[in-house]
Amino acid sequence: MMSGSGVDRDGVYGERPGREAVVGGEQSVSDRPPSGTPSERGPGRRRGRRGRRGERLMVPEAEFTSYYGRPVINAPTWSARDIAGYFFLGGLAGAGSVLAAGAELTGRKAMARALKVSSLAAISGSGALLVHDLGRPARFANMLRVFRPTSPMNMGSWLLTAYAPTAGAAAVLEAAGRLPRIGRAATGGAALLGPAVAAYTAVLIGDTAVPAWHDGHRELPFVFTGSAAVAAAGMALIASPVAENGPAVGAAVFGTALESAASRIMERRLGFVGEPYQQGKSGRLKRAAQGLSAAGTAGALLWGRRNRIAAALSGAALLAASACTRFGVFQAGVASAEDPKYTVVPQRERLRKQAAGDA
Amino acid sequence: MSSIIGRNLLAGAEADPAGDAGHGADHPERVGFFTDTSVCIGCKACEVACKEWNAVPEDGLELTGMSYDNTQGLGADTWRHVAFIEQDKPLGHAVTGVDPGGVDHSGVDVFALAAGTTAPAPPREQAEVPTPDGRTELRWLMASDVCKHCTHAACLDVCPTGALFRTEFGTVVVQEDICNGCGYCVPACPYGVIDQRKEDGRVFKCTLCYDRLGEGMEPACAKACPTDSIQFGPLDELRERAAARLGQLHDAGVADAQLYGESPQDGVGGDGAFFLLLDRPEVYGLPPDPVVTTRDLPSMWRHAGAAAATLLGGLAAVFALHRDYRKAR
Ligand code: SF4
Ligand code: SF4
Repeated sequence: MMSGSGVDRDGVYGERPGREAVVGGEQSVSDRPPSGTPSERGPGRRRGRRGRRGERLMVPEAEFTSYYGRPVINAPTWSARDIAGYFFLGGLAGAGSVLAAGAELTGRKAMARALKVSSLAAISGSGALLVHDLGRPARFANMLRVFRPTSPMNMGSWLLTAYAPTAGAAAVLEAAGRLPRIGRAATGGAALLGPAVAAYTAVLIGDTAVPAWHDGHRELPFVFTGSAAVAAAGMALIASPVAENGPAVGAAVFGTALESAASRIMERRLGFVGEPYQQGKSGRLKRAAQGLSAAGTAGALLWGRRNRIAAALSGAALLAASACTRFGVFQAGVASAEDPKYTVVPQRERLRKQAAGDA
Repeated sequence: MSSIIGRNLLAGAEADPAGDAGHGADHPERVGFFTDTSVCIGCKACEVACKEWNAVPEDGLELTGMSYDNTQGLGADTWRHVAFIEQDKPLGHAVTGVDPGGVDHSGVDVFALAAGTTAPAPPREQAEVPTPDGRTELRWLMASDVCKHCTHAACLDVCPTGALFRTEFGTVVVQEDICNGCGYCVPACPYGVIDQRKEDGRVFKCTLCYDRLGEGMEPACAKACPTDSIQFGPLDELRERAAARLGQLHDAGVADAQLYGESPQDGVGGDGAFFLLLDRPEVYGLPPDPVVTTRDLPSMWRHAGAAAATLLGGLAAVFALHRDYRKAR
């Protein structure tokens, strides 16, 4: 070994004296002004790489420094298709279970049956996407060997473990026409768990260092549940007879309103960090989602209860809108992780405010 | 959330992370790294020693044009990374760049010299001096980055399998036989440390040489570092040493020197591996004010609960408005 130092239970021994070298100290050369006085230290002393020394930063930083423009945090390794698809299908299933229960309670038999089946299909699909995205799919069960309240993904897998069989029982018993009492209990249970399935995925992405996701953690759950209602309403419009479409039209209006209001509030609150939601690929997806949900909702309101084909087309637009929303949110997160400015500038700003508050 | 755990272990200062993770009272002291970048010479011995000891696979040879840094950053196959930063700014009082009073070798024909055909060119009268006061303000910062072994490690908190765990030394380590490759830890780390090995699917990062610690040896990088820029030891002792070193540099007029990650009051409760830097953290690619994402987890669940209730309530209201279906039929 190059270094003569070592360590034992009593600590490190044999450190070399070179560690005390006073790099840049007075000893090096003395007729030189120091590169600043200690009082000038602290955030905001320099601006950008060609900093002006001794200048205090009064306005938010226009330029920022990075290490060769490289990202500070690592972007998610998840594939957009798998994870955004997982969010979309989970929302469709969860909100669909609520609509199914409501339909059953109000005697809309065809709608109830269709949504129970679609929820089972969607949750199976979302589970398949999740497992597919694991680097070691065979180890999926490792998530169910522990109970970790600090991990939203762990909580989510327990939630799915409770929800999927319940939704499955509701669908299967409905189709088989047997054990009606257990079927009703399963339908009710799925309707109670469904909203949690739709909402928890927002916590899943909020609980990361990705700026656009983490900072949006207050509104993202509402964006997601709104989007889930949009998707389930779309499915109901596609799969039910027009006579039963009243609540689906209402759900479409409710979901679209909730989702767009939450997105707008989020983007306004986030300001700079919210930029990726409006720009680039994620911005295009978001605008597509807005257009599709507006068209779908309008179509549902106009023809949802009259024309079977128009109702189904509106439903398809709503489903597509929900998918675009999820992919848009996903891409916005990736974009905000890949550009160091979304990590550095808000943190620098926070330090500046702290320093101003302390002073 | 805090009620589930009993007290808030998600953020803030925490004196004994190993004990709080369930290690008995007789667990060893918390250890870590103090990386003093002011004496780093950029030799990359730490990078090499780490790869050798931990059998970390080769991950490509690329020429990046980023000064002498072709490693680029921490990742699944890079657990120590030496950053190189070139700046037009003096380092304290040190003479940097061309010294106008010294000898300039730019006119020397080295090939002729090697062939022995000509005498060395005489020094020129006056070297070129790019700045008005006669100095070339170039300084070269080097810093060896590593996993911070956070007091509140987001990677560990979010891991759904428990593959990431807190060792008895207070460090954070991945158990490769449990990791299912979900990748959740990757975007959770506020420093961009842990990453997925594509071919393998699982994630990898610095273990602070868990195997060596168990044998009473210091980690390979600290052992190999020829200038003791990487110092290993009990965290409390390192913090004292770092404070003294900072004072020493400030007294010598190096006002830029600053500690990074040593404060238990910071957003991650303090780093197990902290640094002395000569410029702002972002210059080195480090986040200026990292916060463990799970600090806000209680708030996230509250908002998700409200959103779920809104969905349930909203759809219930929709059905309440359309209750008359059976009658209408
Ligand atoms: S630096 Fe990142 S990978 Fe290392 S312990 Fe902290 S959160 Fe985990
Ligand atoms: S990738 Fe492995 S270590 Fe990381 S969170 Fe998932 S299971 Fe845990």
